[in-house]
Amino acid sequence: MNLILFTFIVLLGFTSYYFGRRKAYTIQSTKKRLTALPQFYGYYLAIWCAIPAFIIFSLWAIFEPTIVKLLILSDYSNQGYLDDELNLLYEKSKALSRGQFTGEITPFIEASAEKYLSLRSIAQSSKVVIVLSAIIASVAYAYKRISSNSRTREPVEKFLNAVLFTASLAAILTTVGIVFSLIFQTIDFFKVIPLFDFVFGTHWYPAKAFVRDSSEALDPTMYSDTFGAVPIFAGTFFIAFIAMCVAIPIGLMSGIYLAEYASTKVRQYAKPLIEILAGIPTVVYGFFAALTVGPFLKELGTSMGLEVSAESALAAGGVMGIMIIPFISSLSDDVITSVPQSLRDGSYAMGATKSETIKRVIFPAALPGIVGSILLGVSRAIGETMIVVMASGLAANLTLNPLESTSTITAQIVVILIGDQAFGDPKTQAAFALGMSLFLVTLCLNIVALRVVKKYREKYE
Amino acid sequence: MRKNGVKMIKIKAKDVDVFYGKKQALFNISLDIEENQVTALIGPSGCGKSTFLRCLNRMNDVIDICSVKGEILINDFNINDKSCDVVRLREKIGMVFQKPNPFPKTLYENVSYGPTIHGMAQSKQEMDEIVETSLKKAALWEEVKDRLHEPGTGLSGGQQQRLCIARAISVRPEVILMDEPCSALDPIATAQIEELIDELKKEHTIIIVTHSMAQAARVSQNTGFFHLGQLIEHGSTDKIFKNPDNKKTQDYITGRFG
Repeated sequence: MNLILFTFIVLLGFTSYYFGRRKAYTIQSTKKRLTALPQFYGYYLAIWCAIPAFIIFSLWAIFEPTIVKLLILSDYSNQGYLDDELNLLYEKSKALSRGQFTGEITPFIEASAEKYLSLRSIAQSSKVVIVLSAIIASVAYAYKRISSNSRTREPVEKFLNAVLFTASLAAILTTVGIVFSLIFQTIDFFKVIPLFDFVFGTHWYPAKAFVRDSSEALDPTMYSDTFGAVPIFAGTFFIAFIAMCVAIPIGLMSGIYLAEYASTKVRQYAKPLIEILAGIPTVVYGFFAALTVGPFLKELGTSMGLEVSAESALAAGGVMGIMIIPFISSLSDDVITSVPQSLRDGSYAMGATKSETIKRVIFPAALPGIVGSILLGVSRAIGETMIVVMASGLAANLTLNPLESTSTITAQIVVILIGDQAFGDPKTQAAFALGMSLFLVTLCLNIVALRVVKKYREKYE
Repeated sequence: MRKNGVKMIKIKAKDVDVFYGKKQALFNISLDIEENQVTALIGPSGCGKSTFLRCLNRMNDVIDICSVKGEILINDFNINDKSCDVVRLREKIGMVFQKPNPFPKTLYENVSYGPTIHGMAQSKQEMDEIVETSLKKAALWEEVKDRLHEPGTGLSGGQQQRLCIARAISVRPEVILMDEPCSALDPIATAQIEELIDELKKEHTIIIVTHSMAQAARVSQNTGFFHLGQLIEHGSTDKIFKNPDNKKTQDYITGRFG
């Protein structure tokens, strides 16, 4: 029903566009000069069609369920039901009206289900009537109003402005919403687990929180020494460090090669090839690390008499580094290329060789941009999940040995939230606390990176 | 400068052709440059005067598609020969560009750049001396001596260009090439640079490309006129401006085209 109505409104919109333009042409044919191009008159009318429809639709969506509920529950209001029971009754009759109710059907519920259906159909038909009449009225009003000297361009431009603003607002509000959902759950978590234990505890063993009968009351003391985040923070930064040890030298050198040494032809093919690395799904990197690199390192280690875990920080970090190479190489290639040619000429004219020019002039000039690209790479390494889950094990060992398995914030969130979880349980809330701290870390890194990049831009523009 | 009435020739170009890919930019240029004199290269835009200038320190090497044919003798040594060491050549032949291009480093580092890469100073003291003399010769010392460790990009346009000149002379080049050094500067800064050029010619041979005929007349002793990749006429500045042999030169000087 809604879909048909919606299609009809869209058709009405097109029709009013057509009428608006036609009226503009009619005015034009009387040799009067229009204040805007004819299509603006069309858009103007289409907007007058869209706005009332949109307003009525959204008001309906907000108020219809509440009003219907009030009307149905008014039947029971004098019978001494509690609020919860009333809600349940309402949900039952709603389910029955859809034919999805499986419990015992009492005459009471049946009656309210019928009432629900009839109210719904009244609501629907009145919605159709109100929307259509509102549209016709507003379009007719606007159609009468437009004349040779009425202003149509400004309202159309304002409308577009508002649409674009709404789009960006939606993106911003989503971010804010996500942050708030993190904040509230995190606060709940820290009500049970002291912040101090979380930040400085060295033992992370959330599975312990599983071994609890759900009927038992929450006992904070049983969680002591369970949610100490130090091992997983250490693991996160350790794996990110290994990743950057791989990504920074290779990425930077390939960036310098592409920007300064490669001929146009080589660059034309090499750059897209390196960027393909960025297009590989991280889950593919993950099983590459877990099934190829991990076992290879283990065998290599064994042959040298070292004890290597099949799921090691080295395997995960190394593969993660390979994943980050294209970001660093591509970004640093861009910043190096944007160093003005005049600086290169100045250096060459002093008798400097290519490598001297790069080392002494181009690299310092591009350094802020390169640092920015590295920081963006780091925040990617910290936020990466799949490779770590697959290749680095899930046990949160506090270790600095790259050959042992360790775990990261992201991997622990996955572990906590896979399978059944109960809301309001400290174990589930631990995931939110971890997510919040991860968000804060990457936020800081991104802010620093963007600042640095911006500073660099100001220098040459 | 004449020794016993004989002109000392510093640079001798013989039949120089330059190609950008398949397009020929310079045709058969032969030109002698006198030592310790200012030689101006003039001509309309795109006539090849800057291309010729860039041949003299082999800056055209930087451009992949550019190829240079013919002989260019500096101190009787052909710089287009395979045995020529470009690093040593550019140490001897400095260059100043159209737009001031100080490195994004401190003033001190800008001037010490050349001496450092050529290993000309054994100690910090020696380097300080080189920086000071270079800045003094470039008439910039008094203005910047208290802020040598501030970035060179913070100077005004004219100061930046004088910093670039200081950078160029820091390695005591025999020749200084100037590619429209004043075109990005205001008249006062231009006058300062022109005065400086007059001073510098005592120790260096200077070749300057310029758009401004008035500038060529003011600063140079010799002038070459380029048109469409050809050297139409060259000789003493007096003669070119007052009594040119070629009709095209006459037309350009009097402002009929270009």
